[in-house]
Amino acid sequence: MSDGHMSDRRDLLILGGGLVGMTLALAAARKGMSSHVVDMADPASLTADGFDGRASAISTASWNLFTNIGLADRLEPHGCPIDAIAVLDQLKPGRIDFRPEPHEGSLGRMYSNRELRLALFGAAREEPLIAWHAPAKVVERVRDEHRVSARLEDGTMLEASLMIAAEGRRSPTREDAGIKLAHWDYSHRAMIAGLDHEKPHGNVAWEIFYPAGPFALLPMLDGPDGRHRSALVWTVAEKDAAGVLALSERAFLAECYKRMGDLFGELSLNSRVSSYPLSYQRAAHITEKRLALVGDAAHGIHPIAGQGLNLGLRDVGALVEVLADGMRIGLDPGDAQILARYEKWRSVDNFTVAAATDAITRLFGMPGRIPSAIRRFGMGGVQRLSPLKKFFMDEARGMSGALPELLRA
Amino acid sequence: MANATVATETIRASEAAHFGALAREWWDPKGSSAMLHKLNPVRLGFIRDAVDFHWGGDTAGVRPLAGKRALDIGCGAGLLCEPLARLGAAVTGVDAAAESIAVARDHAAGGGLAIDYRAGELAAQALGRFDLVTSMEVIEHVADKPAFIAELARHLAPGGLMVLSTPNRTPQAKLLLVEAAERIGMVPRGTHHWADFVTPDELLELLADAGLAMGEPMGIAFSPMKGLHLSTGDLSLNYIVTATAQG
Repeated sequence: MSDGHMSDRRDLLILGGGLVGMTLALAAARKGMSSHVVDMADPASLTADGFDGRASAISTASWNLFTNIGLADRLEPHGCPIDAIAVLDQLKPGRIDFRPEPHEGSLGRMYSNRELRLALFGAAREEPLIAWHAPAKVVERVRDEHRVSARLEDGTMLEASLMIAAEGRRSPTREDAGIKLAHWDYSHRAMIAGLDHEKPHGNVAWEIFYPAGPFALLPMLDGPDGRHRSALVWTVAEKDAAGVLALSERAFLAECYKRMGDLFGELSLNSRVSSYPLSYQRAAHITEKRLALVGDAAHGIHPIAGQGLNLGLRDVGALVEVLADGMRIGLDPGDAQILARYEKWRSVDNFTVAAATDAITRLFGMPGRIPSAIRRFGMGGVQRLSPLKKFFMDEARGMSGALPELLRA
Repeated sequence: MANATVATETIRASEAAHFGALAREWWDPKGSSAMLHKLNPVRLGFIRDAVDFHWGGDTAGVRPLAGKRALDIGCGAGLLCEPLARLGAAVTGVDAAAESIAVARDHAAGGGLAIDYRAGELAAQALGRFDLVTSMEVIEHVADKPAFIAELARHLAPGGLMVLSTPNRTPQAKLLLVEAAERIGMVPRGTHHWADFVTPDELLELLADAGLAMGEPMGIAFSPMKGLHLSTGDLSLNYIVTATAQG
């Protein structure tokens, strides 16, 4: 990192170099756009094994994006396809399976966020159009008529045409811009952990319903030691969350075993346990003068099955497309007309997000009404799967027209 | 028939003063020039396609005008000059209103773009010839249209490309541009005088008299869903054309 002097001006200044921010940098680079990417965290610690147990479901559209930016070869060996979803009401008999017909398309594939980061970071290091500053803290942001800039703690000034906030739910750039946030909290938390287990999962995702919410197991590839793996997303009431997080590993696994029975045999943890509030937030608007919000900075949804990433990657696809279209006709990347198109395009997706959020609310927010939820699954799994399928499968019914080019096959 | 010795004053003093007074707000996408900002991507899209077609370049590249000289007449504060410069052209912008040119210079300098801006009559500039000559929403404001077109033609290099846009003289344009848009403030009052508007057929004649062949005109239409957009069928509001040397 340089000391104090003004660096070269780039097209994009991406604040937040996580999954969404770095995918954006790579997708933009493939279209010839240069970027600065700044992240507070040390990439080495983010990609250390056991950093977190978070996993993401990669929808067909998101997979297309990764393919279109040249990551398919890196990622191919690390994804676990979801062949079916099995639903149980607690551990009672009466399992319902949802297995899509071939014409219905894939349910997506599961990735540990760590593998996604390794692939993205590896590609970013090889991309000359990306200047990556991490770990680095932004101490000042400026957006004026002609440029944007960020001053880093060590005095480095980074300059570009457009600033992009990709720092996640608590985006300081969004707060700095004074953009208001609509926020719902469902007073539940999701416990996230990586589970190793004795028996294979057969590429099946499990949703086991309890009064406090679902206990979900998402199939992952086997670990390096040959142990079978799943990602756990366990929803508990907010008041119980602290207690669950304070459990010893043994006690935590005992609680898991209570809820999943001998489905997978003996269990152990391959990550620490982290937790995320069950909430939904949406920025009132996602553009400002020379600023665009992407990913969770624009809209955070509950990490059920990692759906937030797919939504964030749609932001990436749309933003890169409007930028490329704009630059092709000579517009500055920070041009208000480009940003207006991004704002308009993404607000159309409001429909989808609202539908997903509503489904989540109904599923998670109504203890004691699980049987009715199960009945809904029984009806072709449509209700339950709407948040999953909406993003997993290609957007049908007119929505496909709004799908960014980068997310198409 | 381009007459290189044209001395006619093509700029109306009242027109120049009108636009000069608007100059300060010219770069504010939400100010009095908001309509022009919205129009810009539409006409730039047309120019880009015309450039790719005319010179057969890489349609995906971002500098299709690299190595080319471009002249924008009636450039205002540089809304078109700056994109042309980013597309790689060495750009000269001419406008009658000195206030606009001052704003244009400031803005280009702020964005680090080297653009040669000139205030005054085109004929007085001794600029030579250009590969690309553009004049957007200008001809409807000039007093002597044949002299103006001849002046444009005189600045077009052999093998060059000209792009012009202007409102059509139709009842729709009168209603929308002159009456409605000006009255509700979407376009500043006094911007348009309907009787001065030129129809595509008249423009074809004007260009032919200057030795230029006009391409197929493309409408710039408006709909609530699409906003401003290019339309092959609807020329009733505003249209944009290419012109190249005859024969």
